[in-house]
Amino acid sequence: MSIPILTLLVLVPLVGAVVASLLAKSNETLVKNIALVSSITTGLLSVWMLIKFPTGSAGFEFVSKHSWVSEWGISWHLGVDGISLFLVVLTGILFPLVIVGIDPHHDHQQYLVWMLVLEAGVMGSFLSLDLFLFFVFFEIVLVPMYFLIGKWGYDQRIYAATKFFIYTMAGSAFMLVGIVATAFLARRDIGHLSFDLIEIAGKSSFATSTGRWLFVGFVIAFAVKVPLFPLHTWLPDAHTQAPTGGSVILAGVLLKMGTYGMLRFGVYLFPEAAVWAKPVLLTLAVIGIIYGAIAATMQKDLKRLVAYSSVAHLGFIVLGTFALTNQAITGGVMQMVNHGISTGALFLLVGMIYERRHTRVIAELKGIQAVAPIFAGFFMLVMLSSIGLPGLNGFVGEFLVLIGSFSTARWWVVAATTGVILAALYLLWAYQRVFHGEPDEANKSFAEITKREAMLLSVFVAAIVFTGVYPKPMLNRIEPSVKSLLEHVESRSNYKQPEIKAGE
Amino acid sequence: MMLAVNMFVGPEIDWFKISPLLVMLGGALFLILAGSLTPQWKKGAYGTVGALTAAGTAVLTAILWRDLSDNAPSSLLANAVTFSKFTLFATFTIAIATLLAILVTSGFLTRENEDGPEIFALILSASIGGMVMVQANDLIVMFLGLETLSLAFYLLTASSRNRSASGEAGLKYFVLGGFASAFFLYGVALVFGATGSTNIDAIAASLSKDIVLGGSSAMLLAGIALLLVGFGFKVSLVPFHTWTADVYQGAPTPITGLMGSVGKTAAFVALLRVFSDALLSRSDDWRPVVYLLAVLTLVVGSALAVVQADVKRMLAYSSISHAGFILVGLVAAGQITSADAGLGTSGTLSYLFVYSILVIGTLGIVTIVAGKGDNETSLNAFKGLGKANPVLAMGMTVLLLAQAGVPLTSGFIAKFGIIRAAVSTENYVLAVVAMLAAVIAAFLYLRIMVSMWLSEGTTSRDVSVAFNIRLAIGLCVGATLVLGFFPSLLLQFTNQL
Repeated sequence: MSIPILTLLVLVPLVGAVVASLLAKSNETLVKNIALVSSITTGLLSVWMLIKFPTGSAGFEFVSKHSWVSEWGISWHLGVDGISLFLVVLTGILFPLVIVGIDPHHDHQQYLVWMLVLEAGVMGSFLSLDLFLFFVFFEIVLVPMYFLIGKWGYDQRIYAATKFFIYTMAGSAFMLVGIVATAFLARRDIGHLSFDLIEIAGKSSFATSTGRWLFVGFVIAFAVKVPLFPLHTWLPDAHTQAPTGGSVILAGVLLKMGTYGMLRFGVYLFPEAAVWAKPVLLTLAVIGIIYGAIAATMQKDLKRLVAYSSVAHLGFIVLGTFALTNQAITGGVMQMVNHGISTGALFLLVGMIYERRHTRVIAELKGIQAVAPIFAGFFMLVMLSSIGLPGLNGFVGEFLVLIGSFSTARWWVVAATTGVILAALYLLWAYQRVFHGEPDEANKSFAEITKREAMLLSVFVAAIVFTGVYPKPMLNRIEPSVKSLLEHVESRSNYKQPEIKAGE
Repeated sequence: MMLAVNMFVGPEIDWFKISPLLVMLGGALFLILAGSLTPQWKKGAYGTVGALTAAGTAVLTAILWRDLSDNAPSSLLANAVTFSKFTLFATFTIAIATLLAILVTSGFLTRENEDGPEIFALILSASIGGMVMVQANDLIVMFLGLETLSLAFYLLTASSRNRSASGEAGLKYFVLGGFASAFFLYGVALVFGATGSTNIDAIAASLSKDIVLGGSSAMLLAGIALLLVGFGFKVSLVPFHTWTADVYQGAPTPITGLMGSVGKTAAFVALLRVFSDALLSRSDDWRPVVYLLAVLTLVVGSALAVVQADVKRMLAYSSISHAGFILVGLVAAGQITSADAGLGTSGTLSYLFVYSILVIGTLGIVTIVAGKGDNETSLNAFKGLGKANPVLAMGMTVLLLAQAGVPLTSGFIAKFGIIRAAVSTENYVLAVVAMLAAVIAAFLYLRIMVSMWLSEGTTSRDVSVAFNIRLAIGLCVGATLVLGFFPSLLLQFTNQL
């Protein structure tokens, strides 16, 4: 038997957290080192898994399965396929960067412990192939995030943290009932009670209306997490009040648990219902795109602007997911990773601005380009990737989503495209206000980027450029799984993907 | 007359099978007698005797469980008491809860300089009452248990001599509890009138043959309704909950924990016995009402919990919300058309077991924070606890998260069991309502957590902890986490119920 690499991905950060929490407070360097070692080990493991992942495989790899609660048919079942692969890698890489690169300013030990717990939870969510296990991870993530926002955030942090917790938990309430109902109803087809995703998806045949109800239960939870309009109102608060590290993780990977869940537990488990709910979800996604963009334009706070841009970007991912074509879903999965990189980097940059100026209000920032040109350069590049400039990563995903959705969701795409233009509007306008012009008194002393910050950002920029220029290795690994997912959908419903005449 | 006496044959008594009850009784009597006849014992000695008694009861129950090979319930003492895995598990829950509560109380009394045998004897008496309630196979026996439990609780509530709130709460509890007992007894009388028996098996048999003596079924329905009102008071269902917050707040804090655990378990198990055993064939009549009570209790309990400013009141309302959750299990258990109705019973018992531990642990920590005099129970008293005593605050956080039903804690497993029962009997709406109420209640637990971790402390208070309380809290927190990570440890037992 080889190394259970997926189990390690969950356990290494968790063990790190436990060890770090048991150490004495005075031992800060040791705590930091433990956090570093465990998060970097996890990162390396995830990269190693990426290298070992067989390109072209559509099924689940590195599966590890052990019985956990045998009385209820629950198992520790982890696996990774093309859809989750890059999210796992993103998680693995993003966490050490945040842990190394961002200083929480106080209570380092607790901060690092919560970060590691969070990493374990996020990893588990992306890897779980058991409904119960997934729920456990999906829900446990709330606790560390709650404390990260509530303790290390800005002025309104307690309000934001509580709102985040309650919103997400309310969503999960529906999913829990959905999960139990799914398992019980599938018992007839399977022959015994099981929470195993693959078993349920493979063998169950829900009555049409039942499947739809269950789908709704799951999708409410994911829609809160994504967040999908009109359940998005927790996000701007959480993002704005969270400490920089929290924002980066929140935007980078946490929101993806929603979009990922929609694919893995929505579309995969209830194909017929997904086809049925398509128009509603597409409409909400497009509203989110346009509404998020307009709201972002209006923001006075730079961080809030980025937060609303997240709402818009996540709308694209949902659009791609429920357009239900190979290209669109592949684009959606790409975009999950891309958004994690670009928006994560944007939050990082905004955090750096705040560190220097202690304000994020756009009107108080001016002419930074003149005093900190390299910093401005980084900001420019990341921002362009977020806008979706060809040659950078954002373009690949967004373009695939739009082109893939065109055949099945034409008018939604037409409306969504305006979102691309609006994205250029709000980001460029913000850039213009913050970076152009003559710096006033307060901004004159804006410090240039430090070496540590530059190194941190370089990782993001490298990923942005590489994916933008050469997305093929990524696409090659995502596509087979997406294809098999859609074949599953087609075999379980009347839905047929429109054939694409021109060669792909 | 001699003849009659000679003819009387006492029931055959299987002494070993009622030994848990006897040990508890022996402990209580010993404490009272020896305690009053000898000079003051060493600090904590009374508590140790009480704790050992409860531990002995738990061990005996476990042995009986192990020896019980078949699951068929049998009856003891001339059909007055049921002996089954179900009653053993409930008895075990009560014994464990008593043990933990005594540990907390012992530390508490030492701090208050009120150490003495009476409180422990009363706690053991309450537990005896509880055990009789859960084992009763006859409504009259159940009433005896109920009264024993209640009388002990009235006294315990009023036992804090230095706080006037305690006496007030005791009186309030006494008056309303008396009403509740009257309702219960009247209900028993009417059910007896309709079925001709107070024996649970006999009632069930009579009702399943559809023979209603005494003319109409109106008498039976009225009896069921009165029983429900009586139980509603005891387990504090909305709208019979109004006493709960005052009594929980007024009672000495460890006693509040005892009420939330032993009191709730005994009353709920008795409720389950009456409704899902004796009156099961009439479930079409009572299920809609119980359904409504469950929804009301869940929503009102959670909503009122959020607006409280005193932690003990918060926990009182949260206990009401939990009662609503447990009642969902009864709704499931009453779904006789479903093959999975039994899940309601096992789900309810798991919940009671888990919740008992949680509530004693939580109130144990409140006991510590309340400080000498037992007065500092406002939310402000928790401010800055995370800094002053991080270990204690962490324990509280675990217990609160468990009460909120966050995964990897026992609370999640308990909630999951109830939701599973509700869903498998197709009560989907009720399941969703219960989960949403849990979300509202989560807000309350977050408030306490915010106070502990995210607010700066106003005063630096001494939160030194007696060993007994530390031990109890450690056991509670440990059990909460262990059962959360390894639910099979609990489920392998409750699955047999």
